[in-house]
Amino acid sequence: MKSGFCCEIKPVSPKKTDPELFSSLSWNTVFKTFFAFVGLLAWWEIYHNLERFADWFTFSLFHLSRTAHLGSAVQFFVFEGPKVLMLLVLVVFGVGIVRSFFTPERTRSVLAGKPESIGNVLAALLGVVTPFCSCSAVPLFIGFVTTGVPLGVTFSFLIAAPMINEVALVLLLGMFGWRIAAIYAGTGLLIAMIAGWTIGRLQMESYVEPWVYETTPGECSSKEQSLVWAQRIRFGVEAVGDIVGKVWPYVIAGIAVGAGIHGYVPENFMAHIMGKSAWWSVPLAVLIGVPMYSNAAGIIPVVQALLGKGAALGTVLAFMMSVIGLSLPEMIILRRVLRLQLIAAFVGVVTVGILLVGYLFNLIM
Amino acid sequence: MKLDIKVFGSGCANCKRLYGEAEKAVAQLSIPATLTKVEDIKEIMANKILATPALVINGEVKSAGRIPNAAEIAAWLVTVDAK
Repeated sequence: MKSGFCCEIKPVSPKKTDPELFSSLSWNTVFKTFFAFVGLLAWWEIYHNLERFADWFTFSLFHLSRTAHLGSAVQFFVFEGPKVLMLLVLVVFGVGIVRSFFTPERTRSVLAGKPESIGNVLAALLGVVTPFCSCSAVPLFIGFVTTGVPLGVTFSFLIAAPMINEVALVLLLGMFGWRIAAIYAGTGLLIAMIAGWTIGRLQMESYVEPWVYETTPGECSSKEQSLVWAQRIRFGVEAVGDIVGKVWPYVIAGIAVGAGIHGYVPENFMAHIMGKSAWWSVPLAVLIGVPMYSNAAGIIPVVQALLGKGAALGTVLAFMMSVIGLSLPEMIILRRVLRLQLIAAFVGVVTVGILLVGYLFNLIM
Repeated sequence: MKLDIKVFGSGCANCKRLYGEAEKAVAQLSIPATLTKVEDIKEIMANKILATPALVINGEVKSAGRIPNAAEIAAWLVTVDAK
């Protein structure tokens, strides 16, 4: 396996000598930045008044009773629905801009040739911020392992990328506060780092499909575009259109389910099957969660409702991570480059990590 | 010179969208061009592509890992055609 870099980053700076081009870029930037600023102000105003609006809508306009099931469910829906969507728009935009600074090529050159433990840490962190479509999993995997990124490090990247999903984090932040969002992110990163490192220790390189290593490592496209600010803003806007555009039906559905649970399921109903005292609740949650795949947006309102009804935090976290972090479609895609034993090891190690996190949090919270 | 446009992707929704945008761009400009979709992973790797969907015009990788819109693709086509 050849080690060493193949890419050098050669930034291409915008031609400053062309006055017309430069001034039109400036105008564009100013315009877009102003627009973005106004948008943010409007967003803030609306966001602050959402709860009052929801209360007014449910209790004054429609005269539903505060204590009745329907009133409770409707208020939840009218409040949480727009709130979650607005949060999504804001954060997807912000993360889109952050992501415009990262590319898979740069991540690869950072990771190639680094020693394993540092590599695992970096890979997990980079997995969060590098733009990554799950259909790129295969080319990315091949590209990484053929240019000197160790197998375990590549896995750290592949674990972190889907799991620490900005949609999930935003929703957790908005619905449960920054502490829970931070816990999710922190433990997710830890799982990515340690699971990746463990897989590296297992020395399972021979379970990668042999043709992968025969692929000659490519020279990267030597053109590295340095984006101007206006392009970055466009990247963010596109991300919103893409992600929120794709995800909003699931969000609405998830919130509707959450509203139903919130309004109609009695308190502490969940405590029996998902509460702390049931030791088997964590493995059960993980068992249900692993084969399921939902995007983060849809599952979180369900998570909120479960928590509100007495499910233990560790169990719910474990459930969420297994749904989002491990997905059947991704495993099917990876089958092209990994043999079954390695896929099994991958799923197994991550599952164990999630189980441990679940138990840990049930213990300490 | 006839333009050779290739869209690389393994068949997910994003790759199909990129193909659609490329089709629109070609239709807008009515420049002679061949547009092909490449799904074979070995060919994708042979072109040194790390992130799909990717767009290659006359052998040069123009974008990888994102979906440029038809206008952006059209601009590239015009530039490449002019060379």
